Amino acid sequence: MKRMQLRNRLAIAAMAAGLASALPQSAFSQETQYFPVASSRVGPYSAMGTGYYGAQIDYMNYVNMNGGVNGVMLTWQECETEYNAVKTVECYQRLLEKDGQKIVVFDTLGTPGAYAVINRMADDNVVLAQYGYGRTDGADGRVWPWVFNAASHYWSQIAVKMKFMAEKEGGVDKMRGKKIVHLHIDSAYGREPLPAMRKIAEDWGVTLVEISIPPPGLEQQSQWLQIRREAPDWVTFWGAGSGMNSTAMTNAARVGFPRDRMMYVTFGAAEEDMYPAGDAAKGTYAVANALPGNHYPLVQKIKEQVYGAGKGNLADESRVGTVYWNRGLGAAVMWIEALKNAQEMHNKVGKAVTGAEFRDGYEALNMTEERLEEIGIKGMVAPFAISCENHEGAGKFAVMQWNGEKFEQVTDWEAPLDPAYIRKLVEESAAKFAAENNITPKKCS
Amino acid sequence: MNAKTVFMGYTRGDIVNFAVAIILALVIVPMVVKTDYWYSSILIPWLCLALAAVGQQIVMGYAGQLALGAAGFMAAGAFACFNLILRVPYIPFPLALVFSGLIAAAFGVLFGLPSLRVRGIYLMVATLASQFFIIWMIDKFGWFKNYDTSGIITAQDIVIFGKPFTTPLEMYLVVVVVVMVLTVLAINMTRGSTGRSWMAVRDMDIAAESMGISLLKTKLQAFAISAFFCGVAGALFAFTYLKSLEPVAFDIKLSFKILFMVILGGLGTINGAFIGAAFILLFPVLLNSIGNNVFHGAIDSTIISSIEQVVFGVLIIVFLIFEPLGMAKLYDNIKQKFRGGSAPKDKKKRELDAASSEAG
Repeated sequence: MKRMQLRNRLAIAAMAAGLASALPQSAFSQETQYFPVASSRVGPYSAMGTGYYGAQIDYMNYVNMNGGVNGVMLTWQECETEYNAVKTVECYQRLLEKDGQKIVVFDTLGTPGAYAVINRMADDNVVLAQYGYGRTDGADGRVWPWVFNAASHYWSQIAVKMKFMAEKEGGVDKMRGKKIVHLHIDSAYGREPLPAMRKIAEDWGVTLVEISIPPPGLEQQSQWLQIRREAPDWVTFWGAGSGMNSTAMTNAARVGFPRDRMMYVTFGAAEEDMYPAGDAAKGTYAVANALPGNHYPLVQKIKEQVYGAGKGNLADESRVGTVYWNRGLGAAVMWIEALKNAQEMHNKVGKAVTGAEFRDGYEALNMTEERLEEIGIKGMVAPFAISCENHEGAGKFAVMQWNGEKFEQVTDWEAPLDPAYIRKLVEESAAKFAAENNITPKKCS
Repeated sequence: MNAKTVFMGYTRGDIVNFAVAIILALVIVPMVVKTDYWYSSILIPWLCLALAAVGQQIVMGYAGQLALGAAGFMAAGAFACFNLILRVPYIPFPLALVFSGLIAAAFGVLFGLPSLRVRGIYLMVATLASQFFIIWMIDKFGWFKNYDTSGIITAQDIVIFGKPFTTPLEMYLVVVVVVMVLTVLAINMTRGSTGRSWMAVRDMDIAAESMGISLLKTKLQAFAISAFFCGVAGALFAFTYLKSLEPVAFDIKLSFKILFMVILGGLGTINGAFIGAAFILLFPVLLNSIGNNVFHGAIDSTIISSIEQVVFGVLIIVFLIFEPLGMAKLYDNIKQKFRGGSAPKDKKKRELDAASSEAG
């Protein structure tokens, strides 16, 4: 008995050795590139997390089904953060390495999480890809070489919103004496746009009233009573989670504040935030850094190939093409484009890249109209290029309005009135951080 | 067990335990554990939260004051430490740590005052004020955050005697030494006259008072020491684990977690704080890892997260009914079984039952 086992084992070993020598080397050791999915599918922020991270997984599946990135297959591992900074740190450490390969990029989809890990990026050689959220002065690549705001940051966002208000009021000079309430979740994320907003309000002669809502924000009665007393001309709403976002609209309806005088942040501007408020949501303005819609060719192909094969990540396929899903798709496309760039720049086509190489690839992103069309998302995101100094990307947003069933785009991709001024604020803030933390800004060029 | 005291009131068993703990923490763990993940994501947060749980244990398990607001004191400690290092030139880290504990202790005394008038569930509601007031105060006044535009602080690197402690292993060593020193102190206090007066107040405050124990002094002392422990734990949590943080990191959920650690671990035991912290911290990590690595996301993460809530809820009810001394007591029972002897009559349990019936 024992001898037979031994003989069997020898035979298997010989067969395996034969097979191995017969196969080409590349198939034997498949090159892979490992990505982290630090998702937030649980809790008040689940609509955001399921859509956004679902799209990232869908896109990685789609890339793998089409031969990977120059033959390099994508692998990933998921970890649940519940949009909680403490858990994000644990997830980051857990996902950092798998089978001897380190992550090259990290995406927290949340400012609290981004802040919790941002200081680890340089040491660990990981890119923090804040796709339209996170620390704004990360846009200064000289102080934050590892941090990117590829789909435009909050200061540009608030500037675009104020430009839109000015247009509605008939020009910047008509804004003098107007009053804006910034109604925000009481966290760093809610306060993130304030430095730029205060400056612009001061320049324009606008009265800015800041009102905060403690998270999770399902109780906003007193805040809306205060808004009724203040009688502002506009409300900029900066919330997170569908519960908080829809509560604001129902409360606005209750105190009779017109919805078409409310402008929602990108993280409140999704179908899941609007539906629960029903008719109260109609007319609300919101801005997008990735527009919703499933008519884009890439979205169609993912529906066909990935969902057709039953491999889709979303339980409800009808959410493909919604705001959060499309935003996640945009973020994942940038990862893969950066990976391609990194392979080409470092002569590693068909091979896995390191964090430093990936960083170079991300910094070299040049998403022209033509490139976006090739990928199949022309019009979904604004064209942009990243440089060594400027890690922001487009810095543009499109304004949408909710018509009760879906969002209608009301403006084209809009930049702030004075992008140089926003950039100046970013550089000042980054310089302050560099001085406090003894960072010597990197030299570009 | 040898009950004879060998050195300053310690039995031989105590000294052996202490030696084992030192060797385990300072020699064996650094030799065996090689991955940063274990230091920075398991050991460091476990030790920090266990220290906070020891603080909660002192006020709740020993002094019998139902307080809920440990996270508020942690926030006070964390932000105090940040500001001390930022604003006081040349302050050594250990000194900053002690002062941040003392600042938290001052808040502890302030919010312990209601305990002189109200008790039980009403005291719990009153102490909630500490949670909300401290967080609100830090949020409201930019000075505490050095006027950071988004209200986030970045904890400075730990430097002790000119040597920076920045790698996960080095930070673990800092945490483990602080936690051991404070734990020994806590054990000392609970065994000495301080602890006895806490327990006397817990078991029947009128009797304690008639025996000459000052309720004012005892209760406030318990609140102060508890807050000191939480403050130091908060500072360590901020400086070794979170590193960049906003006040919201110390929200009410964290206070509840620390409360559960004490209940599950076992009321009125120092071991319990460590066991409870390990369970509350590691169980979700374990579930999440199993869900993602074994089932590859086949189980919805919302279900996994619900399992976590269900298990915690059921365990809290079960322990409160059947074993108020918690997991620490279970551990003792198992130890006794292996030793062959029958478990000694648990006097503590009876004491605690009396206390809880009195409180309720």
